[in-house]
Amino acid sequence: MSFPQPKPEVPQLPQNLLRTIDCQQGAVRAVRFNADGNYLLSCGSDKSLKLWSVSRGTLLKTYSGHGYEVLDADGSYDNSQLCSCSSDKTVILWDVATGQVTRKLRGHAGKVNCVQFNEEATVILSGSIDGTVRCWDTRSRKFDPIQILDEAQDGVSSLKVSEHELLTGSVDGRVRRYDLRMGQLHVDFINSPITCVCFSADGQCTLTSSLDSTVRLLDKSTGEMLGEYTGHKMKGYKLDCCLSSKDTHVLSCSEDGHVYCWDLVEGSLMLKLPVGKAVVQSLSFHPSETRLLTAMEGRVQVWGADCTYEHGTWTK
Amino acid sequence: MKPVPLHEQTVKDEKGRYQRFHGAFTGGFSAGYFNTVGTKEGWTPATFVSSRQQKAGRQNARPEDFMDEEDLGDHGIAPRQITTTADFASGRKDVIRDKARAITSLSAPIPGDTVLEDLVAPARSSMGVELLRKMGWKDGQGVGPRVKRRLCKQRADSATRAFGSASPPNGSSESQDEEDGEFLPENLTFAPKDVTPIDFTPKVDLHGLGYRGLNPLAALRGGPGAGHINLFTMDSDRTNSLFGEDRKGQRRRGGVAGQGFGVGAMEDDDEDIYHRDIMSNYDTVLGGEEPGDGLYGWTAPQQYNRTKKDAAYLGKILEGFTLASDKLETKTIFPPPNLPRDFRPVHYFRPVVDLSSVSPMVAQALQTSRGHMAQEAPSKGGRHQLDSAQRRELLGEATLQGITESLLNPSRFAPHAEQQQQEALSVWSGPTAQAQTGQTFKPFERTPHKQARYDLYIDQLKQGDRDALELSLDPTMTEWERGRERDEFVRAALLYKPSSSSLSCRFTRGKQDDGVEADTVEVTRDQENDVDDKQAAVKMKMFGKLTRDTFEWHPDNLLCKRFNIPDPYPGSGFVGMPKVKRDKFSVFNFLTVSESPTASASPAPQGNKQSPSEPGKRSRWDVSGQAGDKERKEKDPVSEFLSVARIEASGSGPEASTTDGPTTDPTVEVLVPHYYIHH
Repeated sequence: MSFPQPKPEVPQLPQNLLRTIDCQQGAVRAVRFNADGNYLLSCGSDKSLKLWSVSRGTLLKTYSGHGYEVLDADGSYDNSQLCSCSSDKTVILWDVATGQVTRKLRGHAGKVNCVQFNEEATVILSGSIDGTVRCWDTRSRKFDPIQILDEAQDGVSSLKVSEHELLTGSVDGRVRRYDLRMGQLHVDFINSPITCVCFSADGQCTLTSSLDSTVRLLDKSTGEMLGEYTGHKMKGYKLDCCLSSKDTHVLSCSEDGHVYCWDLVEGSLMLKLPVGKAVVQSLSFHPSETRLLTAMEGRVQVWGADCTYEHGTWTK
Repeated sequence: MKPVPLHEQTVKDEKGRYQRFHGAFTGGFSAGYFNTVGTKEGWTPATFVSSRQQKAGRQNARPEDFMDEEDLGDHGIAPRQITTTADFASGRKDVIRDKARAITSLSAPIPGDTVLEDLVAPARSSMGVELLRKMGWKDGQGVGPRVKRRLCKQRADSATRAFGSASPPNGSSESQDEEDGEFLPENLTFAPKDVTPIDFTPKVDLHGLGYRGLNPLAALRGGPGAGHINLFTMDSDRTNSLFGEDRKGQRRRGGVAGQGFGVGAMEDDDEDIYHRDIMSNYDTVLGGEEPGDGLYGWTAPQQYNRTKKDAAYLGKILEGFTLASDKLETKTIFPPPNLPRDFRPVHYFRPVVDLSSVSPMVAQALQTSRGHMAQEAPSKGGRHQLDSAQRRELLGEATLQGITESLLNPSRFAPHAEQQQQEALSVWSGPTAQAQTGQTFKPFERTPHKQARYDLYIDQLKQGDRDALELSLDPTMTEWERGRERDEFVRAALLYKPSSSSLSCRFTRGKQDDGVEADTVEVTRDQENDVDDKQAAVKMKMFGKLTRDTFEWHPDNLLCKRFNIPDPYPGSGFVGMPKVKRDKFSVFNFLTVSESPTASASPAPQGNKQSPSEPGKRSRWDVSGQAGDKERKEKDPVSEFLSVARIEASGSGPEASTTDGPTTDPTVEVLVPHYYIHH
């Protein structure tokens, strides 16, 4: 007996607002999913980092220790450690359960814009406005970075790490991809200050958003442009962009209070989420499901594709 | 043993004196008579009178009669001391004596016996005290003329006020005074207050200020204070003695008490025979003591706190000290000067060279570099216009080493025309001027003819020609023009003289960080492509080869380990991009190579897929390995296309396409593209 073929799933879009969380942290500078997507990290301008549960929307823990605004955060794969970076030029490695500062890594000469763990959470990589990317060792007790990458000619605004590659975007208009396995550095010239870079899930492409209000999809090996997405407004602020969990859509924040969502292949605008009136500062897509986090002013919004159960009725 | 004869069978003590056994081994003892056994006086008491009428006189035999020098010495049983008799003893308490009495009182059968003794002790006041008493002095008063004094009513008032308020102001006290006036007569005087004597005993020990040591009473007392003595509080003795009294009075007054002394069989109280220590007396964590006095800033309410302290100071003031009224002068510390980044703290003095022993050229150079423009007679302007060097000569002092010329050499200001010419000549004809290459200044660039004449003038000056000025002027010009030009030339020559003037001798060449070669700098070996090309490509949205650069990059070995990746360059000694030393001002630094690194690619506009297997480690300098005419021709459309694109992007007209190649790229490589017009 042969079963009928399963219907091809229509890629879902996170168009429903499931929840709004008022973070009480001043302005939320960055919002991130953790490795499995059950928890949410919000980096506030009141120097605190907060851990929330996504499904319940409850605050689990507050991490205080930075001296200035927290600009970015990342969780390790096993949810035991967090790393965060701040305008106080430090990167802090936190223990999740106790909330203690495991390491305070100093060395950057200016505010640290972006931070991420590598796959096994053995290295923390941080990029700063001083133009350097520093690789910090979490295993040893040394406070010096393993390596300092100073090829950028202006501040590093964004970085992403994969298994063997490091992708950095700089204000000097170049995306630099450091291939550790091959020992090569590939520089792609974009001609406009870069606000966010990310890898695609299949590892073949990189997404870059820049201050000319354009998001570009580049081929990783050749540097050719595979797609260009416009329509949003990104002229002055460092805003995030991302790909959906299955690489079907490209999403980007915008200064007009919306989140724009394009189809990756065609480049057409599929969705324009009305987040609010102010600048949408940050966004993060769930690692596997269709769920999106956005941050605007002091609140974080959770968007999903499923129906919401609000006030006793199912709404779609 | 050898038999000892009888007369040698004697016993001597440590000092060699014969020991007295008082007849113990020789037959007996006779009271009062030493060694009289066997004699006729031995058994006869000297003063025995055994009759009723003649009773013997009282024998006043003191024990001291039976003692010898050893017993009366310092360490004997009855040491002798000289003490003052009661008549002449002063009224001040004898400290040692009182201590002795206190200790004995503890062990006396009736504890506290001294109280009774004090009552019946004879009054031992000195003659001076007696006289004062006769004149009306009482114990506790001061000595001196009587003073008018306010009653203690004010003190009582302030004590009853609420906490924290100041003592009542003078205004209110005045009114109170008037009230008092009703009660007190106006001419009432009081004896002055007694002066507390200042202790002038110097501190000769090495203890800290305020050190008091253990309280012996607390240590030997027993009871709750005896078990654990806290050495780390400031006032353990004092407060314990104030508040630490036992509930039932002092136990075991007789004798010392405590854990080590036990309880007697007759004692009824035997609660404390086993010492119980409390663990809260001890720390469990090594964390240091509580800072300060443990009061955490608590201050007693004013009514309990009679001592006058500054409200701002809440700590303890040592005994014998008070708060200062004057502030300490804070030392102003001036930070050290900011050093420039390339400052090297080494100064090289010029070696002393005897002017006569070197060639005249060198001598000239040395003298001009010291700032002397012209070697004129020493006292050119009279003796008031000497400079320091000339004065030194006149005085016959030893010449100084190094730079001594002052900038304010008056010969420099407002010179006459001939002087100017003279100066210009000397400046330009010196050896330092000859050495000036390539940095000539052209003041008359606008008028080439004038500039040519000026150059001729300078050249002739360099040769030392005195008539340089006249020779270089243009004879076809009018006299007035020539005069003007003459002045201009001279002034220009002076103004733009070579830099071996007085100021230049105060400067020395800066050293680079690598020190050895001052004109090289480290740059990365692989340089980026031309930015303009890339910008043009981005505008055309031609991403790919035109916008991408690939470089060799070495990750750190530890970084590879952490990423669980094999090191791509295991033996490389450096990290990051390879760097080479290049000349600082060489044209190489600004060069870009116009071809792209992947030489095997076909031009981008056709948009075909790139071969995925690029030779990875090849850098841009390896292009010569594949140089061939074919590839050159293949590259040409790309470069041509680039130039076209750039021109279009910059908006200039089509005629610019006829120019020969990009003028901004002087190439290093041998490949010079041959251009042809692309249709």
